[in-house]
This record gives sequence, structure tokens and C-alpha cells, in this order.
Amino acid sequence: MTREAYHKALKELENELLTMGEMVAKAMKDSIEALKTRDMEMSKKIIKDDIIINKKRFEIEERCLQMIATQQPMAVDLRTIAAILSIIADMERMGDHAEGNAKINLLIGSEPLVKPLIDVPRMSEKGLSMLDRVLKAFINRDAKTARAICDEDDEVDALYEQIYRELLFLMIENPKKIEGATYLIWLAHNLERIADRVTNIAERVVFMVTGKMEEVNVSKY
Amino acid sequence: MNNAFNIEKLNVFYGDKPALDDVNMEISQKAVTAVIGPSGCGKSTFIRCLNRMNDLIPVFRLEGSIKFNGTDIYSKDIDVIDIRRRVGMVFQKPNPFPKSIYENTAYGLRIQGIKNKSRLDGIVEASLKKAAIWDEVKDRLHQSALSLSGGQQQRLCIARAIAVEPEIILFDEPCSALDPIATAKIEDLITKLKDDYTVVIVTHNMQQAARVSDYTGFFMMGKLHEFDITKKIFTAPSNKMTEDYITGRFG
Ligand SMILES: Nc1ncnc2c1ncn2[C@@H]1O[C@H](COP(=O)(O)OP(=O)(O)OP(=O)(O)O)[C@@H](O)[C@H]1O
Ligand SMILES: [Mg+2]
Repeated sequence: MTREAYHKALKELENELLTMGEMVAKAMKDSIEALKTRDMEMSKKIIKDDIIINKKRFEIEERCLQMIATQQPMAVDLRTIAAILSIIADMERMGDHAEGNAKINLLIGSEPLVKPLIDVPRMSEKGLSMLDRVLKAFINRDAKTARAICDEDDEVDALYEQIYRELLFLMIENPKKIEGATYLIWLAHNLERIADRVTNIAERVVFMVTGKMEEVNVSKY
Repeated sequence: MNNAFNIEKLNVFYGDKPALDDVNMEISQKAVTAVIGPSGCGKSTFIRCLNRMNDLIPVFRLEGSIKFNGTDIYSKDIDVIDIRRRVGMVFQKPNPFPKSIYENTAYGLRIQGIKNKSRLDGIVEASLKKAAIWDEVKDRLHQSALSLSGGQQQRLCIARAIAVEPEIILFDEPCSALDPIATAKIEDLITKLKDDYTVVIVTHNMQQAARVSDYTGFFMMGKLHEFDITKKIFTAPSNKMTEDYITGRFG
């Protein structure tokens, strides 16, 4: 094989993407953990650490641009770098949503939650699992898995709808709960957006593998 | 001191005609430095100054200083032969001698008076390996070098340069006579060579400069307009002229 150094650099770029993915997954996970345990310090840390995620994104973006400028990647290599550029933008936004949930946690403060957390953690776990698998699909160049992940977005949408309706009834029943319920709706909405971002990533994986741009699943929201 | 070369206020003339105009440049050790710029800007003139190849041109005249590991190579008491051994050169067209592959590789060693067969064998093998051509020629070392393909001939020339254990290898458009695959092989080789050698490469192909080098200098009309880390030059050059050149807006 020729161009060893270049292929090594490409591999490193993929590893950087995975590192950023881990950072985002941690923020997502911690934001729900902090909500469950009413942990304000943890929430503050998530907000603070979002800067590190953003920095990582710029770092990867810069490396991609340098690769394009200095190595003239072609065909699948070019699609890989284009996919990475798009994926890091999606992941940065996912980090922002996790940060948003940490902020909501601070807003709720010491107030008791208006309802026990059941579907919210489920939504979060679903999102985390989708992210984990889509990044594996990226590494394995697995368009089939990527497409299947897009279909799972419907489950997340259904969970969101359920939470939304439940909280709506809660508010109608008891206007004192409007504020607390609104926070949870925002939070669930962030989780729904996170899953949408995963489907964007999945589309990029499909494009990278097949060379075809396809919108695999259109989210309801 | 981490620089292989420190070039200060270098001015070169062919007769009355200036070819290099106040060039200041530091060339890092064990890195690849590329020189780019439009035809006639002085790239070859520049690189040939680094091992005194221009001395052979009667109208050539040089001002300023070129320090190689701290020593001015144009000072009076310098041994030019020694400089050319320590600063090897590979040219645009592969130029093997009409001799065997073995003899081509051993050429410089024979000139140095090395006769010991097993020593020669060892260096020939090591050099051909370093030049990433050993596997292709090990069974035909005594066949004519002219039976090799252009890309193989060029790697043989690199092996010949390596055999005399230089510190620097200068390349003047080493791939312009080669096809893309042979070019990729040479580029790979250049990237590996920098583990052991300092490399300076002149190339017409700025994509090649981008791919293989750590530092890039952009010359125009004898002036070094910009010299920086390659990644910087090709993503965000500081000089408008450089930007216009690498984006194909002139030249
Ligand atoms: N032996 C020489 N005698 C007189 N002038 C020369 C000689 N060699 C080069 N020149 C002139 O010096 C200038 C720089 O030439 P040089 O060969 O260094 O350019 P270059 O950048 O290597 O060009 P190219 O990309 O075409 O190889 C040109 O104007 C050229 O005509
Ligand atoms: Mg030239």
C-alpha cells in the first residue's frame, strides 16, 4: 500500500471523531444522571465542559481542512472527511442539547420533580445507544446498520409524544405544576432533538459508504 | 542548533542577471522542506546552492551566507567534495549509469575507495532497502540499471544517494517524469526518509509539496515570498501572492 502516512492520518482523524463521540455521550448520560440525583454540581460541570467539546470540534474541523488542502483526498476518503465534517457539527449540537438539559436541571433547582422519571431516562438511553451504534457503523462502514438506526428515531418520537401528552394533562389538572412540567417538556424535546442528530449522522454514514445522499427517515418533529 | 541550513541574505546572479534576491531561510533537520513557485522563479538555483552544484556554472555569483550545521559552505577552506557527499542530490530525470543495479548503488562508495566486498554488499543492500526498491531488484542486482522502469530507476538513484551516507538529500522535481503510482511510491519514500535525513524538495506540483512536506517556501522572481508550516501555507497563507498562486489565480 502506498501513502502510508496519509492513511495513518485518516485513521487518526477517525479516532478523534470517536473521542468526541465519547465526550458527547458522557455529557448526555451525566445530564440525565444529574437530573435523577438532583446533582447541581454535576450539572454545572456539564455546562463548563461543553466548551471542551466545542474545542474538540474546531480541532477536528481544522485537521479535516488540512487533510483536504495537503492530501487531496479522493473518492471514499473524500466522502469520509466530508462525513466527519458534518458529523462533528451534529455532535457539537448534541453536546449543546445535553448542556441545555443541565441548565434545565439548575432551573428546576431544589423543587421536587412534577412526576417520576420513567420515559425520560428511556429516551436518553435510546439516544445514547443510537449514538454508540452509529459511530460503530461509521467505523465498520456499515450502511445497513446506519439505515436501521434511522428507523429507531420513530421510537424516540413516540416516547416524546407520550411524555408531552402526559405532562400536558398534568398541567391542565394542576396549574401549579405548569412550570415544572414545562421544564420537563423542554428537556424531553432536547432528547428528541438529540436522536434526530443521530439520524443525521447515520445519513452521513450511508453517504460515506454508498456515495449516495439519501434522507433515510424524516423525523415527525 | 536544530537547523540543517541557515541561509542569510542570499543573492545569486548569473552574470549581471539576479536569480535570487535576498533570501533568508532556515531549513529544519529531519523534516521535509518544499520549494514551490512558478517556472524560472529560482527554485533550482536555490536548491543547487545548498551543495554548491552551481559552482560549475561560469557566470554564477553568490553573495550572503549558507551555513550547513553552522559552517559557511562558501567559505574558502571548505572541501566541496565533502559537502556534495554530505548533501546528496536526486534529479528530475532518473539518471542511472549504464552499469548494473549493484554498481550504480555502490558507485559513490567505489569513488571513496571502499573495496571490501562484504562491506559493499552490506551497504548496497541497506541502501536499496531504505530506498524501498530492494524487494524488486534483489534477484537481479547484476542486471543493467537501464532495464528498470522510470520509477524504479528514480528509487535506484535515491539508493545511490543514500549509499554514501549523506545528511541531506536534495530533490529537484524528482517525480516530473513519473506516472502517478511511481510518484506515490517516491512520495511515500520521501516521507519515510525524514526519519534519518533532512530533505529539501523542489516541485512544480504544489499538491505534491502539500502532501510530502512539513515546511513550504514560495518563491517568485527570485524572492522568497512566504515560508511557513505546510499546513498553514495550504489552508491560510499570510501572503496574498502565495494565496493567488496556490489557488491558481496566476502562474
Ligand atoms: N546556467 C544559467 N545561466 C544563466 N541563467 C540561468 C542559468 N540557470 C538558470 N538561469 C536563470 O535563472 C532564473 C532562475 O532559474 P531556475 O532554473 O533556478 O528556475 P526554476 O524555478 O527552477 O524554474 P523551473 O521551474 O522552470 O525549473 C531563470 O531566469 C533562468 O533563466
Ligand atoms: Mg528548476
